[in-house]
Amino acid sequence: MAHAPAIHGEHEPTTTGLNHRKLLMWAFLGSDCMFFGTLIATYLVYKNKSLEGPLPIDVFDIPVTSVSTFVLLMSSMSMVMAYAWLTRGNLKAFRIWLASTAIMGATFLAFQVYEFYEFANHGYLTPRTNLFGSTFFTLTGFHGAHVTLGVVWLLSILFHSFRAGGVTPEKNLDVDLAALYWHFVDIVWIVIFTVVYLFGVFEGFPGTVPSAAAH
Amino acid sequence: MSQEESQVADQHSADAAHTGHPTPATYFKVAMALSILTAIEVGIFYVTQIGYAIIPVLAILSIGKFALVVMYYMHLKFDSKIFSGMFFFGMFVATGVIFALMALFSWFLL
Repeated sequence: MAHAPAIHGEHEPTTTGLNHRKLLMWAFLGSDCMFFGTLIATYLVYKNKSLEGPLPIDVFDIPVTSVSTFVLLMSSMSMVMAYAWLTRGNLKAFRIWLASTAIMGATFLAFQVYEFYEFANHGYLTPRTNLFGSTFFTLTGFHGAHVTLGVVWLLSILFHSFRAGGVTPEKNLDVDLAALYWHFVDIVWIVIFTVVYLFGVFEGFPGTVPSAAAH
Repeated sequence: MSQEESQVADQHSADAAHTGHPTPATYFKVAMALSILTAIEVGIFYVTQIGYAIIPVLAILSIGKFALVVMYYMHLKFDSKIFSGMFFFGMFVATGVIFALMALFSWFLL
């Protein structure tokens, strides 16, 4: 952490007293908030504008998505555990928790691929079907792309940690930045799960009446 | 754990106590809280009698989960306020854009 002692990662003196790389990461996360904000806004305003189905209530499988949400939440815990063990100098535990995080991230992606496949083949929903399909696949697709990038990032750190001096407690900022990114994709999904999935099938919301076109 | 690793761990424990940074036990408790909140979310979703009250309830639960991750896992509770400012500025702009667009498209009238 920025104000913490040397073990948290030393950096050159700066005008703010903060590490520039970490400040840049927070600036990026702030801008990514705006990016996902526009995608969520677009999804919401077009949610009840589809001329034909299927609609969210026709295709969403809440129990399955709840499991994938739980997996992603737990991956955040394992990520923070990996970082904690690294700062404590236990590289073996760090690698185990980091690998667990990557595996859970890949599991979440597998759930998403399964969901997209089910929608396309059994729910008859594709990005070209209607406005709901276009905005839903764009929003969740971009989130999935973020998770994919995160998994690749974590695996690259894992492989790098097997090189002598590749990852050390003193150079923990690289892992700290990856962890921040990983937690960010987690909080974005917390919002998507509630706004898109749970509100999507709540019958009190506009556009949630089951569609006659659904199969 | 080697002697050197033990020294690093001891030093970190002392630092953690000094700075008030969370311990792995705290991280685990936060994970349990996140799991319970998610279970409540999904459980409430199936309670049909709750009606429109589900909207603020789910929103509050979601905000709670969001806050836990940001404060403890992303360490914003313990880090510089400048980091918080960078992040929450983007978040407030995003929230503003969402509500502005919804109002523009007469979403609240439907």
